[in-house]
Amino acid sequence: MRRLNPKKAELIAKGVLLLFAGTAVVALVAIVGYVVVNGIGVINLEFLFGRPRSMGREGGILPFIVSSIYLTAISLLVSIPLGLGSAIYLTEYTTEGWATKAIRFGVDCLAGVPSIVLGLFGFMFFVKLLNFGWSILSGSLTVSLMILPFIIRSSEEAIRAVPQSYREVAFATGGTKWQSVTRVVLPCALPGIMTGIVLAIGKCVGETASVIFTAGTSLRIPGSIFDSGRTLAIHFYLLVRETGASDMAYGSAATLLISILIVNFFAYWLMRRFIARVS
Amino acid sequence: MSLTKDRLVSPVLLAIACFSIAALFVIGLFIFVEGVPIMMKVGVWKFIGSTDWSPLEGKFGILAMIAGSVCVAAGTLVVAVPFGVGCAIYLSEFASKRTVTIVKPAIELLFAIPSVVYGFVGVLFIVPFVREHLGGAGHGFCILTASFVLGIRVLPVIVGISVDALQAVPKVYRDGSLALGATKWQTTTMVTLKAARSGILAGVILGMANVIGETMAVIMVIGNAVVMPNSPLDSVRTLTSNIALEMGYAEGDHRQALFATGVVLFIITMILNTLTRYVTRSRVGKRK
Amino acid sequence: METGKSETQKIIARNFSFSYGSQPALKGITLHVRTNEIFTVIGPSRSGKTTFLRCLNRMNDAIANTSKSGELLLDGRSIFDKDVDVAELRRRLGMVFAVPVALPKSIYNNLALGPRMRGILGKKRLDEIVERSLKAAYLWEEVKDRLHTSARNLSGGQQQRLCLARAMALEPEVLLLDEPCSGLDPVSTRKIEEALLELKSRYTIILVTNITAQAARVGDRTAFFLMGELIECGATETIFTNPSNERTADYLTGKFG
Repeated sequence: MRRLNPKKAELIAKGVLLLFAGTAVVALVAIVGYVVVNGIGVINLEFLFGRPRSMGREGGILPFIVSSIYLTAISLLVSIPLGLGSAIYLTEYTTEGWATKAIRFGVDCLAGVPSIVLGLFGFMFFVKLLNFGWSILSGSLTVSLMILPFIIRSSEEAIRAVPQSYREVAFATGGTKWQSVTRVVLPCALPGIMTGIVLAIGKCVGETASVIFTAGTSLRIPGSIFDSGRTLAIHFYLLVRETGASDMAYGSAATLLISILIVNFFAYWLMRRFIARVS
Repeated sequence: MSLTKDRLVSPVLLAIACFSIAALFVIGLFIFVEGVPIMMKVGVWKFIGSTDWSPLEGKFGILAMIAGSVCVAAGTLVVAVPFGVGCAIYLSEFASKRTVTIVKPAIELLFAIPSVVYGFVGVLFIVPFVREHLGGAGHGFCILTASFVLGIRVLPVIVGISVDALQAVPKVYRDGSLALGATKWQTTTMVTLKAARSGILAGVILGMANVIGETMAVIMVIGNAVVMPNSPLDSVRTLTSNIALEMGYAEGDHRQALFATGVVLFIITMILNTLTRYVTRSRVGKRK
Repeated sequence: METGKSETQKIIARNFSFSYGSQPALKGITLHVRTNEIFTVIGPSRSGKTTFLRCLNRMNDAIANTSKSGELLLDGRSIFDKDVDVAELRRRLGMVFAVPVALPKSIYNNLALGPRMRGILGKKRLDEIVERSLKAAYLWEEVKDRLHTSARNLSGGQQQRLCLARAMALEPEVLLLDEPCSGLDPVSTRKIEEALLELKSRYTIILVTNITAQAARVGDRTAFFLMGELIECGATETIFTNPSNERTADYLTGKFG
């Protein structure tokens, strides 16, 4: 092995690594490209705003889009206050000690619970015990458990990035701790926090395992959060299982991917604004 | 007035912050309460050790599923670790700033793609490919396919953490090596990688935890036969797909048994997550 | 130290000591600052000048594991009294930091921050405060047409004058300035010094500076700190032309620094 000239070895290594990185990018483009290219032909106004026919094998996907939006909105409504509050506490109101270590451990473990196990819990707890039944409410409460650790982590990072000197200005100008948080730290950290929230939206939209046993599979537009509703991701999964690579399947997948892509690009744009602000 | 308001804030926020631990506790409690009785009834060792899963006859042994999960994790390890660590090294040590702004978001985007889409693409492309070129008892729906698909899915986790670990290595280590005349590659392998070892290991463990918890992509490409795997081309069933497949119609003992599967999953991922923390704690000079 | 007419002594320090953990930062400081004067504090780095300033408006409260002894009095009352409202104290003592910290907000909102936190919400009132503060800092003419643009677009010197204006927005009684001209060009420095000379008729000003020449230019009375101790304190002219302590003379002539 030592016979190989180090400079040569480096050249080979660089080539291999470049190949790896290139493969990753190619994989992304291939996966996204394939789905979007095949599905975009299916997407038109009738598809997006129409109702499904023959159990979802034809027609439109409006109810599923509505269900997805409902589910995402309520999950965010629940997890943003909890997540942001936790993040503020961990960064501004306490010093590193056994209490914060315990909380962080809890957050990390919660993040590690597999989504199917959360789905089981959601089924037992929300659907059965609290008697919410198969509903958007059950589904979104379960999903909020899924995204909560993520919101806590990204909010914490955003808040930590705010320079200490800003806080000092708030104090020196006669502000209380809470005022410094609400008037200086949070407004400054906002784009970073928003980035985390926007990425969480992407997760909610793609979430399947924790939703399938909690939100149900109804084909109707949910009238209230107590109604059952099929999200777009679930619909896609069921379509693939029943009809394989049908047009509807491609169309649904393409809609899913395109919305997630839009969401992620928006998050990137927000992140750059945030970085400009704190430097 | 503002003083009293301020005094209220701290305990309220503390209560909110404790929600996560409380939720974790409640989740664990419920899963255990639902799942442990059946494990006791069947016998814990029989439950974990038997390959006989016949719900209709009241036989609940999940060894085949455990083997399935482990094999998929191992297979994904083989695919994702070289791939992931390689990408991380490239991004951290060799790529130009411009390249990083393209490649890093691209890899992160891989994680944003829903696992159902991964399963879909896997079924459409990798399954037939494996079937035609490698054959096997699974007809393409096998461990190998799942390893490929999950390898890409979990790549961003390994890359993300490994890049952080590599970036955390102080510049002076590299400079010292370069000053002695080593090439960049030699520096990377002999100095930087060694220093970032525990961070990268943490990333790998976390990636594996992700794989074991993965459901939707796996279900679609793995065949779901309840058998002990003999080769990577066999169909198997994982712990997660077991739950997802049968939960829809399971009742009574059967349902309890699925919860018990959830208990096993919960414990495995808890162990892996604790292991990750342990590995990063033993590193001197942690970043944050 | 020196006897004088009994002008009002705005701030009095009596044998005040302060430590970070086991590291003493101030040892037995005794001095007084008169109302409506510019009191400059000079000395090499790590003399405790900034620590002293930050003790006056209790900014050091936020740091854990500190200890103190002795007294600091504002208008005859100890600032560490149990019933002192710290937020109110900090409004009475406006502070300007060494590095200009313009918050990522508009110029207007930077200045309105303090009043808003105090509960002043009326637009007319806030407009008045903003204009008054900017005029006092000699910044009004330069920014009056772009009050709602980002404060980060201002030059370094302008940002520092903004910070000065911000400190004055709540009409404090005392201005605490921590090396406000470090990193500024001579023109900006001069503008700030001119502003200070104007402002002393309305405020009591304590100016910490590394530039001894600045103390000579604007200070009425000067204190020389060295390694946490007060070496000498008195009329600026006396200190500079005829210091009574050898170490003062050495520092001023540049024998160390």
